[in-house]
Amino acid sequence: MQLFHRIARQDHAPVPFTLDGRSCVGREGDTLLTAILNAASAVRVSEFSGNPRAGFCQMGACQDCWVTLGTGERVRACTTPLVAGMEILTGKGAAS
Amino acid sequence: MTVRPQPLIVGAGPAGVRAAGALVAAGLRPLVVDEAPACGGQIYRQRLVDDGRSTRSLYGSEAPKAERLHRDFAAFEGRIDYWPQALVWSLGDGEAHVALAGRNRKVAYDGLILATGASDRVLPVPGWTLPGVFTLGGAQIALKSQGCAIGSRVVFAGAGPLLYLVAWQYMKAGVNVAAVLDATPLMAKRHLLRGLALEPAIILRGMRFAAELRLRGVAIHYAVEDFAIVGETRVTGVRWRQGGHERSLVCDSVGYGLALRSETQLADLAGCRFTFNERDRAMLPERDISGRSSVVGVYLAGDGAGIAGADAAELAGERAALALLEDRGLPYPPVRALDLERKLTRISRFRDVLEAAFPYPAHWAKRVADDTLICRCEEVTAGTLRQSVRDFAVDEINRLKAVSRIGMGRCQGRFCGASAAEILAAETGRGIDAVGRLRAQPPVKPLPMTLADEKQEAAQ
Amino acid sequence: MRGRLNVDVAIIGGGLVGSSAALALRAMGMSVALIDSRYCGAQASGVNYGGVRRQGRPPEQLPLAQRAHAIWPRLKERIGIDGEYLCSGHLKLAANETDMASLEAYAAKVSDYGLDLELIGHNDLRRRFPFLGKNIVGASFCPGDGHANPRLVASGFAAAARRAGAHVLENTPVREITRDGGGFVLEAGDVIDVYTPVVVNSAGAWGDEFAALFGEPVPLTRIYPSMVVTEPLAPVLTVNIGMEGGGVYARQVERGNCIVGGERVQPLADPDFSRPRGETALTMMNRAAALFPGLRHAHVIRSWSGTEGMIADRNPVIGPSSTTPGLIHAFGFSGAGFQIAPGVGEVLAELVRDGRSTTPIGAFSISRFAADARQSIDRTIHGSGAEREPEPQQRGV
Repeated sequence: MQLFHRIARQDHAPVPFTLDGRSCVGREGDTLLTAILNAASAVRVSEFSGNPRAGFCQMGACQDCWVTLGTGERVRACTTPLVAGMEILTGKGAAS
Repeated sequence: MTVRPQPLIVGAGPAGVRAAGALVAAGLRPLVVDEAPACGGQIYRQRLVDDGRSTRSLYGSEAPKAERLHRDFAAFEGRIDYWPQALVWSLGDGEAHVALAGRNRKVAYDGLILATGASDRVLPVPGWTLPGVFTLGGAQIALKSQGCAIGSRVVFAGAGPLLYLVAWQYMKAGVNVAAVLDATPLMAKRHLLRGLALEPAIILRGMRFAAELRLRGVAIHYAVEDFAIVGETRVTGVRWRQGGHERSLVCDSVGYGLALRSETQLADLAGCRFTFNERDRAMLPERDISGRSSVVGVYLAGDGAGIAGADAAELAGERAALALLEDRGLPYPPVRALDLERKLTRISRFRDVLEAAFPYPAHWAKRVADDTLICRCEEVTAGTLRQSVRDFAVDEINRLKAVSRIGMGRCQGRFCGASAAEILAAETGRGIDAVGRLRAQPPVKPLPMTLADEKQEAAQ
Repeated sequence: MRGRLNVDVAIIGGGLVGSSAALALRAMGMSVALIDSRYCGAQASGVNYGGVRRQGRPPEQLPLAQRAHAIWPRLKERIGIDGEYLCSGHLKLAANETDMASLEAYAAKVSDYGLDLELIGHNDLRRRFPFLGKNIVGASFCPGDGHANPRLVASGFAAAARRAGAHVLENTPVREITRDGGGFVLEAGDVIDVYTPVVVNSAGAWGDEFAALFGEPVPLTRIYPSMVVTEPLAPVLTVNIGMEGGGVYARQVERGNCIVGGERVQPLADPDFSRPRGETALTMMNRAAALFPGLRHAHVIRSWSGTEGMIADRNPVIGPSSTTPGLIHAFGFSGAGFQIAPGVGEVLAELVRDGRSTTPIGAFSISRFAADARQSIDRTIHGSGAEREPEPQQRGV
């Protein structure tokens, strides 16, 4: 279940993306972190303990919200704007 | 005649914007590099798109300052070079490396103003890595910049003015605030009365936040000890001790922070000398009231070199720019410079008051449980740190890093360095000022392996 | 008042060489002072790449390397931790036929030393090591080599020496050494004089300064190799990688981080210190991304460099002083000391106790520089610091 709750931009243009293969919809103006946490409760898992993480500082400092895109590219969710069609993988660490 | 390279300003928050303004006014053309897509820093951060909310609802009483800062910066267009969404990841000796849109730009500069800002200072507690826990700053960004609440029943915990501000902002936005847990005792708040003489508006605003929270039924608990966040895969509640009693609450999210900490990595790379600062309880790059660092041509402005808040950052940014002008042999307004210094001194006195009202929880390092994670990135626990201190007879923070991995992860010690130093000091019986500081190394933030290498480019 | 410490052996320099010597000497029952001007294992011993590699060493180093090879798998019993030692094998790549020919020539030259080198052609290479990019024509594989964590190993030996009863004096620069009858007095830091019949000079990049005090100048220069490390990744590099002709070396630790080196940097204003530079880091990153496509999407999260003593013939100085009885040198490992250091420690202990080593070390005698004695020595390699690291070896101590 989601962590975040929208209190603005509910009616902005929908931005479709997939989260671990599941079809989701964000809103225009979302960061990846916002889009993910409106659809799920974690953005990644720790490489070491396997425990879920959902970011922390939201200002690009703590580096706890890096996710992998379908292209293999790695991005920091809190500072990356959501783009339609993004395939976001949360369960996968920084893999080859 | 060779043309001198342009000055470089890192950061486009209150300090960076005001520094740019003063340089522009003197006819210089600075390069402003900032990580965000738009100016404002964290405090006056702008939304990615308009969401229909007024600036008043976003920035509250500070809305006029935010609007003025955004407007002034926009007016610099054509007179500065501005690289948003760009990361200065390495610098020194008049040369900076900037990652910008997948390419590396090497920039020569003559005069460097570092306005790198701050992030939340956090002391680790059980459960602080659980999904649903965010810094107070993070909770505020979600609300202001993304129009989202971090949960539907939120506890705000920690200390400092931001604790009450964010809790109040959430309440005003219609979010269910379950409680405010203040780690500092109510008695310490008496110091705020001294602040009334210095900054009455700020003190009264803070008192209004607390009063309105209570009025709306939000419980405020003081002298909260042994705060812990509970949950398996996400936050389900919090517990704490108060006056010897165990307390707990159900909630689905937590905003947590104790104060702010300066982003000092670039000052370190620039070669600035650091000293221990009692008020911030941190090693900070030295700066005088004009913003001059220990390195000629390097100036420090705003919260990046010691916490003083957004108003001080604006003043310090301008003052640092005037120092740059003076050092460059250009005309500058000395009366204005003195006026800025006077105001900065006043704010500094006010910061002393705030620090007394929200004292650092000195017993934290002794009490934090061995199984509490200190380093989020590498998942190093307090117990591992203590064990490392004993096994390797460590008495210095970089040695502790070498044997325990603390500070070696993606965040480069931003969120664990201070608390690891506290534990090291407590374990060795040394003062927190005697255990050193984590040395910065490039890249100051993660850098893509395929960042394209470009030859030196003139910044013009 | 200054304190006085009497020991059987005083060791100057608490790097891996000095610390392992201290531990070996304690095991022989001798009293030891291990003295470091800063922190034990914080210089080259602790910040090197971490290659535990015999392949590529000149034949004269191989007996010592083989001696050390026996120690690495038994670190835990010796120092209480395994130092993240992994016997992964070491793969040395050839970018062209000429380099492949030199790998073949090396394999033939050292065939008697027990390295079990295996030469691998292009097709086999792609099959067995699919993480490699194209443009590699072949490689030489040494299955018994590997890698370890220098931060832990160097600190671990010093900590073990301390537990074994060595007097470990950190932040204690040796300011002066005077002869005292047949022995020495070391003015150590501000508070202590160390009296000893035997001094071991294992001062690394600073070892030449102490040798010079005894009329033994060594043409030692300083180099500042630099490395970058990625965020933790799923397994990519299954072996420790080197490149014939230098330019890149890489390994992946069990936690997932990949460490890539191959470049050097310039010192800071104080030549004791250096810091990785932007260009250097970028060059290594781009090179690694091209060589290992699996690292293409990774991010680099840290970089570092260290100060290291380099001798022109790339061999260390190990052995008794040629001028001063009771003085033994072991420094200048020229970027390749990490693997052999634990063996050197044992050799030094033998030299102290028996006056000779059971492992041949004649090639490393300081007397080979006697002809240089009157030359002045430039301590840094000006103008060459940022060049591609030329040597086919990875760096160590």
